[in-house]
Amino acid sequence: MWSWAKRQLLGFWRILRRPSRHYSLGFLTVAGFVVGILFWGGFNTALEATNTETFCTSCHEMRDNVFQELKSTIHYTNRSGVRATCPDCHVPHNWTDKIARKMQASKEVWGKIFGTINTREKFLDERLILANHEWQRLKANDSLECRNCHNYDSMDLTRQASRAAQVHKLWLGSGEKTCIDCHKGIAHRLPDMTEIPQG
Amino acid sequence: MRNKPWKTIGLALLLVLVFAAGWKIGHAPRTGIAPKAPPMPVDARAIFVPESGQIDGLRRGVPVDQEGHPPPIARVENADLKRVRAYPMQPPTIPHAIDGYQVDKNSNRCLLCHARANAATFQAPPVSVTHYMDRDDQFLATISPRRYFCNQCHVVQTDAPVLVASQFRDIDSVMAQPATPASASPGPAEPRQPSSAAPPAAKE
Ligand code: HEC
Ligand code: HEC
Ligand code: HEC
Repeated sequence: MWSWAKRQLLGFWRILRRPSRHYSLGFLTVAGFVVGILFWGGFNTALEATNTETFCTSCHEMRDNVFQELKSTIHYTNRSGVRATCPDCHVPHNWTDKIARKMQASKEVWGKIFGTINTREKFLDERLILANHEWQRLKANDSLECRNCHNYDSMDLTRQASRAAQVHKLWLGSGEKTCIDCHKGIAHRLPDMTEIPQG
Repeated sequence: MRNKPWKTIGLALLLVLVFAAGWKIGHAPRTGIAPKAPPMPVDARAIFVPESGQIDGLRRGVPVDQEGHPPPIARVENADLKRVRAYPMQPPTIPHAIDGYQVDKNSNRCLLCHARANAATFQAPPVSVTHYMDRDDQFLATISPRRYFCNQCHVVQTDAPVLVASQFRDIDSVMAQPATPASASPGPAEPRQPSSAAPPAAKE
């Protein structure tokens, strides 16, 4: 059994190492190029397909917990009709960060397969840990995902509620705090916050 | 059936006739009544119905067989301007919108800004010291559990029309009342009356 597999592999390796007999170098280069484009396109398409609200809410863990809660918030429906979908807040736009986040997400797939949060109770138990990851990420990147849509420089403070304007000017204008410092729980219900500093 | 198609056609015709008759009968009385009812101007906000002299919060005087316009949804006042308290111990009303604020066992969004420790950061009035006292007047380090759910006492105000006009007058306006009704009131009011009238007179 083992020797057979080894022989097959060695044979394959030998074919790979031999210079091409039938195809010209030009053909191989062009073919490699075309296949490369197809692969790259397919990869990015697959990546985009996992970057939608439909995909994120296709598993019951997300659909029955965080999605239900998001639905009643301003980021799901509002007077301007702009919806923030899950990847808007949870997946970086920049390519390298996006890939890094997707690789992290493989762990979440692992969690899905082994049912770490497959009931509401288990989810609530894990929630503080999950939320903490997001807070740390947003704190570290200065709430980049929020700022993709909300830009302090484009905020018309005179049109905000006066307390919001005052506080934003004081802490955002000076750059001392970032959105997630004060706006935890903007899209989902918060876990037990007893030990978590807010504001 | 298959070899007698006229039977099917006859049945279908009969059905159509029955339907038409039912349609006619069903509709006739309604067209008869509608003109009789006067075209009622349905003011959506008329909660107090003058003719019947009573409050009708649900139908707002619209007859049961008619449909009124729903009143516009009242907006929560969000001007951040503190309101006068009607009496000294009144829990102040909330001068801003509180949509989506999570106040439960896990987190209290009100205390994010109104807790003693955060009040300076958010330039918000901190909750009163009484809220840190238990019912034996002992001070606690954190908000007393009986004060935790802010909305039990503090509420937002909307621009909805008032259902019942309030006759309430606060103590200042009662005391500032002109002297005439005081004659009807019992003794103790009398000695004070000249004294309260005196200062303005002196100024003049
Ligand atoms: C896809 C773009 C988008 C992203 C990303 C986004 N928001 Fe928003 N946000 C909106 C829109 C649109 C509104 C509603 C505007 C309106 O109609 O008033 C809104 C409203 C808000 C409000 C006002 C809530 C209220 O009740 O009035 C806050 C606070 C807020 N966002 C914070 C955040 C924070 C914090 C983040 C990052 C975690 C974030 N947003 C990410 C688009 C976005
Ligand atoms: C120092 C704390 C603080 C920081 C930092 C902060 N906010 Fe706010 N924000 C508030 C407070 C307080 C309010 C008003 C109270 C409320 O509705 O929760 C508010 C209200 C808002 C509103 C609603 C405005 C309105 O008129 O109702 C939006 C939108 C918003 N914040 C977005 C952001 C975004 C985006 C960031 C990051 C770029 C941010 N905030 C950072 C404290 C903060
Ligand atoms: C407006 C931005 C925003 C949107 C849209 C959003 N989230 Fe979140 N999400 C957050 C923030 C911020 C946290 C960190 C915890 C918190 O503050 O509530 C979080 C936390 C989470 C968590 C960790 C558990 C928890 O509740 O804390 C999960 C899982 C999650 N989000 C999934 C989703 C899914 C699925 C969607 C789409 C249906 C979604 N999120 C949409 C901002 C968002």
